[in-house]
Amino acid sequence: MHRFLSISSKSASLKNRKQLHLPFLSPVSSATPEGQSCFHYFNQKPPSLGTRLGFDRVFSSGCFPNRVNLRERERYGNGFSRLKGFVGEIRSYSSETDRDSIEYDVVIVGAGPAGLAAAIRLKQLCQEKNADLSVCVVEKGAEVGAHILSGNVFEPRALNELLPQWKDEEAPINVPVSSDKFLFLTKDRAISLPSPFDNEGNYVISLSQLVRWMGAKAEELGVEIYPGFSASEILYDEDNKVVGIGTNDMGVAKDGSKKENFQRGVALKGRVTLLAEGCRGSLSQKLMKEYKLREKVQAQHQTYALGIKEVWEIDENKHKPGAVLHTLGWPLDSKTYGGSFLYHMKDRQISIGLVVALNYHNPFLNPYEEFQKLKHHPSIKPLLEGGTVLQYGARTLNEGGFQSVPYPVFPGGAIIGCSAGFLNVPKIKGTHTAMKSGMLAAEATFGTLHEGSNMEAYWDALRNSWVWEELHRARNYRPAFEYGLFPGLALSALEHYVLKGKSPFTLKHGKPDHEATDVAKLHSPIEYPKPDGLLSFDVPTSLHRSNTNHNHDQPAHLRLRDPNIPETINLSEYAGPESRYCPARVYEYIPDEKNQLKLQINAQNCLHCKACDIKDPKQNIEWTVPEGGGGPGYSVM
Amino acid sequence: MVAVKRVVDYAVKIRVKPDKSGVETQNVKMSMNPFCEIALEEALKIKESGLAKEVVAVSMGPSNCVDTLRTGLAMGADRAIHVEASRDLVPLTVAKLLKKLVEIENPGLLILGKQAIDDDCNQTGQMIAGLLGWPQGTFASKVVLDKEKQVATVDREVDGGLETLCLDLPAVITTDLRLNQPRYATLPNIMKAKSKPIKKFTLEELNVEIKSDLEVVQVTEPPKRKAGVILSSVDELIDKLKNEAHVI
Repeated sequence: MHRFLSISSKSASLKNRKQLHLPFLSPVSSATPEGQSCFHYFNQKPPSLGTRLGFDRVFSSGCFPNRVNLRERERYGNGFSRLKGFVGEIRSYSSETDRDSIEYDVVIVGAGPAGLAAAIRLKQLCQEKNADLSVCVVEKGAEVGAHILSGNVFEPRALNELLPQWKDEEAPINVPVSSDKFLFLTKDRAISLPSPFDNEGNYVISLSQLVRWMGAKAEELGVEIYPGFSASEILYDEDNKVVGIGTNDMGVAKDGSKKENFQRGVALKGRVTLLAEGCRGSLSQKLMKEYKLREKVQAQHQTYALGIKEVWEIDENKHKPGAVLHTLGWPLDSKTYGGSFLYHMKDRQISIGLVVALNYHNPFLNPYEEFQKLKHHPSIKPLLEGGTVLQYGARTLNEGGFQSVPYPVFPGGAIIGCSAGFLNVPKIKGTHTAMKSGMLAAEATFGTLHEGSNMEAYWDALRNSWVWEELHRARNYRPAFEYGLFPGLALSALEHYVLKGKSPFTLKHGKPDHEATDVAKLHSPIEYPKPDGLLSFDVPTSLHRSNTNHNHDQPAHLRLRDPNIPETINLSEYAGPESRYCPARVYEYIPDEKNQLKLQINAQNCLHCKACDIKDPKQNIEWTVPEGGGGPGYSVM
Repeated sequence: MVAVKRVVDYAVKIRVKPDKSGVETQNVKMSMNPFCEIALEEALKIKESGLAKEVVAVSMGPSNCVDTLRTGLAMGADRAIHVEASRDLVPLTVAKLLKKLVEIENPGLLILGKQAIDDDCNQTGQMIAGLLGWPQGTFASKVVLDKEKQVATVDREVDGGLETLCLDLPAVITTDLRLNQPRYATLPNIMKAKSKPIKKFTLEELNVEIKSDLEVVQVTEPPKRKAGVILSSVDELIDKLKNEAHVI
């Protein structure tokens, strides 16, 4: 319902008006489209639609507008006709295509670092080469930055290339790293280890704020950003080429019926479509399966971790801006990969979080509770005492690195950022590589649209860039931990101090995360301490701090492929792990009238972290995108 | 004419600023006040049923109010007016400014949300009706207009139930929750809204003084709830009521 419309300087955006050919809706207008430049994409099928009343209907899902019938259609039956206009009769056997479509040169899904970097780069190229491309970014969060969560110690390498004057333009990057500590924790002690990181020149930031700033920069350059709209569908043409995305219908009731304020989604057509949905992007997953993008380059499966984070405001005298701390060990055991981070930002704020690799074996593990335990450790507790939690959130991240990068190009577009997976695990940084991938994709896109090359250039550019070199050098650290914590540490030390990236071997990942869960009878339930309300909290309290909300009267966006599996398999064999790994308590097993435990899905709580999509043992849970505008409301994460 | 206000989004967890001067609004999601959305939706419904020619959205405040107005335009308002004011405005000032705008624009109906979710004042609608001398139908849960007779029949939600009033137009209506379900702003409408006109006024142009008689002294969080105590006998209860709570 609420749309955050950011309106910054109107400079270049009005000049691009002509690219948006939309005839404006008015009941009896005979407005003709303003610019024809978009239509050359459809040069195989010239739109012979004569006089137009209302929207052009451009067709997706394999159809030719050869036979066109004039027909006025009353829509939605709400007592007022919303759109009178053309409906081309389509000789197609696909689903209804009665929604409006809007055309752009480039459609980007996701206003995160990768998506915005791509958008900005595209507009920069347009300025350099005196071209004009319309770029549209859709974002499912209610505003730009609302769904962005990251540690974050930022390496400005990509930003320096993209927007070298970021410092003068008041980017929210102003806390340089001042100290770098690395601790190995046991239950009561902390052993200082040499820091494997080199954070010189890096900054402690809030990625949510940086992305918001990038969004403003993008809009200044003329990019159209539409927060509050979720891309739920990929649109194909008859050659199985991606021609754009469809946004989600809004105003659908829980039972699937149309509510009073129903709005059909919009088809956003792009000559090139870039997917920048972040880790385990729902559309990216579909596309990688559809076009077999992993198989194409013999990439391994992606492996993931779940990061749970809080931003605290602590006492002034305890706060050291720029201090960076990482820990290994407690509370996780030697078979579970993960660690924590604690970064001091400015304004007495600190980011603290725990990252747990999702290939953990014990189905009773509860990453959220482990995080609460961590905060009580003697080396962390004093820092937090007297402080207040400002925000809470969780998100999965990629750990597959080099071995898991799929072929990122598909007919009609490409996958950028964490949706493909460029995070450098030993550095625990993925922002700079995501941004660089966006920039490279933008350059390939520009070449495709303006100079007649094709998107293959993106793959080539990636492999020739520092992203590839970085990921290659970092490729063995994470897989080494397949052998356990201490062998992993030993191998990592070997890689880092001796081999220095020139190792002749490439270790492989173990089982996919969802297959790594043992059955419950091999483990015993873990007893977690009760939250004390000062340092540790229960899930509802934390959830309240994430500002997450969804319109409750909508179909649950978490779909079960087989509705019986939760009770028959998840519960009986694995003791219902989703009720433990979900950081938002979406999944609960509640006794019904017959006193049988049944799965209850509280979709409204969802933080969009995608852990369930990754970790469900039978891959029965499918995360689909809810109505736009819902989900968490991060502002300093 | 619909007056809309930009407030902290209802789903955001608010925090009091460390200096206790107010609520933290930096870096916090802002949206249109939910009751204002309902007001705008009602206005749009009236226009779509043919009883009104035009819907004008009005907002007052710093330059980021324009965002809220664009949302209103995207929902379907035809024009918007922005009164530039740098400080927080109290309801009486808003009412005085609205009076000036009403004199300029001459709307047949003024619709507002019953209250804003940040200050919960519930005063602006009533004040503007008083200043203009117009009839008012507040807490409206149903509005039916009769153009020929120039009256509005408003069902009001009152403590005892529902009250139906018949108001001569022009009138002021403030909306309550059950009036309607606001529509979503569609993507095409958001795009179109970028080119709809927003007229700017300054306080000097409207010649309204914003000096307020109210001053916010302090804003604090509600005191933390103390845990309950389980007692074991009636005597103990009496003892506590007498000696600790001092109520008997």
